[in-house]
Amino acid sequence: MSGDIRSEGNSNYELQQSVSTWTAFCATLKRDLLIAFKRRNDLLNPVMFFLIVVSLFPLGVSPDPMELTRISAGVVWVSALLASMLSLDNLYRADYEDGSLEQLLLSPQPLYFLVLAKNIAHWLISGLPVVILSPLLAYMLYLPAEAYTTMVLTLLIGTPVLSLFGSIGVALTVGLGSRGLILAVIVLPLTTPVLIIGAKAVTDVMFGVPLASHFALLGAILALALVMSPLASAAALRISVN
Amino acid sequence: MTTNLQNSVFSSPSPSIAAQPLLQARQLFCERDERILFSGLDFELFAGQLMQVMGSNGSGKTSLLRILCGLNDHFEGDILWRGEPASEQREQYLASLLYIGHRAGVNRILTPRENLRWSAALHSPVDDHRIEAALARVGLRAYEDIPCRNLSAGQTQRVALARLLISQAILWVLDEPFTTLDVQGVKDLELLLAEHVAAGGSVLLTTHHQLSVSCEVGRLNLDEMRRLS
Repeated sequence: MSGDIRSEGNSNYELQQSVSTWTAFCATLKRDLLIAFKRRNDLLNPVMFFLIVVSLFPLGVSPDPMELTRISAGVVWVSALLASMLSLDNLYRADYEDGSLEQLLLSPQPLYFLVLAKNIAHWLISGLPVVILSPLLAYMLYLPAEAYTTMVLTLLIGTPVLSLFGSIGVALTVGLGSRGLILAVIVLPLTTPVLIIGAKAVTDVMFGVPLASHFALLGAILALALVMSPLASAAALRISVN
Repeated sequence: MTTNLQNSVFSSPSPSIAAQPLLQARQLFCERDERILFSGLDFELFAGQLMQVMGSNGSGKTSLLRILCGLNDHFEGDILWRGEPASEQREQYLASLLYIGHRAGVNRILTPRENLRWSAALHSPVDDHRIEAALARVGLRAYEDIPCRNLSAGQTQRVALARLLISQAILWVLDEPFTTLDVQGVKDLELLLAEHVAAGGSVLLTTHHQLSVSCEVGRLNLDEMRRLS
C-alpha cells in the first residue's frame, strides 16, 4: 500500500494530503465548538466571570467617574486575562481523560493544525465573547469614548495570544493529578507582556500618545504565538500522554 | 460490506511485501519505575496475522502497545514498519494504524455519530451511511444520536470498536478490546478480527480472554520472555 503511495508521490497526492489536513482541522474545530455548545457552562462561564469581576470594581474601589476612568483599561484587561485562564482547563482535560487525546496524537495529520484548531475553538468560546462584551463594561467604567476602538482592537489581537500561550501550560499540566497553581505559574509570565502592552495602549490613547508601537508589538506577539505555540503545545501533549 | 472493502484495500500483496513483516520490533527494552518490563524483545508481525500479547497484570502489555504506536517513548530499540524505521515515516505509519486503548476515546457529551465523524476525519473522512452501517453492525442501531454519557460501559466500548469498521488501517492495535463486552459482543468482535485478518490485515491485541477465532493466533508471552532473559 505504501508502495502505491510512493509511486504516485506527485502533486496529486500532496493536494489530497492538504485536503485531508484541512478536513481534520475543520472537524476538530467543529467538534470542540459542538462540545462547548452542548455544555452551556463552557460557553457562559468566561463571559459571566468577566462581567462579574468588572462590575465589582465600581462597588469595591469607588463609584467616582474620575477614579474609574483611571483604572478602567487595566480592569478590563486583567478581567479578560482571568476569564481566559479560567476556561483554559477545558482545552485538553476531558480529551485526556476519555482517551480522545491519544486519538488526536495518532492522527496522521500534522498535530500543529489540530492543536491550532482546538486553540481557535477555545478563543471563539472564551475570547471572542469577552471582546464583544467589553464596550459595555468599558461604558460602565467611564472609559473615554476615544479609547473604545483601541480597547476592542487590542483585545481582539491580545485574547488569541492568551488562548495560544495558555494552551502550552494546559498541555504541560494535563497529565498531572493535582495542578493547583502550576498552570497559573506557567501561563502568567507568558501572558503578562500582552496584558501590559494592551492595557498601556488603552491608557495611552486617552493621553493622545501615538499607538503604532503598541500595535506593532501586539501583532508581533500574536504572530509569534500563532507560529510557535501550537508546536510547543503539540510537543507538550506528546510528553503528557507518555 | 467490510470484507469487500478491506479486500479492495489490501488485495493481492506483492511477493516482496508478503515476505516482509509489516511490523517488526528489534531488541526492545523498557524499564518502568526501576523495574525492567522487557528487554531484548524481538517479534515480527506479518500482513494477515493476528498476534495476542499475553502476560500477567503489570507485565508491560499496555506499555508495549503504546510504545509500538509511538505514544510512549521510554524505550530503547527499533520499531520497523515495512522494513523501515517507523519514526522516519511517521505519517505513513500512523495512516496505516488504528489504536484503541484502555480509554475508549469517546467523548461523553457527543453522540456516537459525532464521535465517529471526528475519529474518521482524523484519518480519512467517511460519509454518514458508513457511520450508520458501522454503528448498526456493533449493535448500536437507534443509539446514533444519544449522548454517549447515557450509554453503558459496554456500549461505549462498542462505539470505539465501530471505528474498526470505518477505518482503512491495515494494522489494528487493540488494548483489552473485550473488556465490558457481553457474550454477543465478544463473538461479534472475534468475527470482525477474523475478517480483517482474512482480508490481509494484521491485529495486535492484549486480552486475558480465550480467543476463539477462525484464524491462526500468534502469541507473544511477556512473562516467559522475562523468565528467559
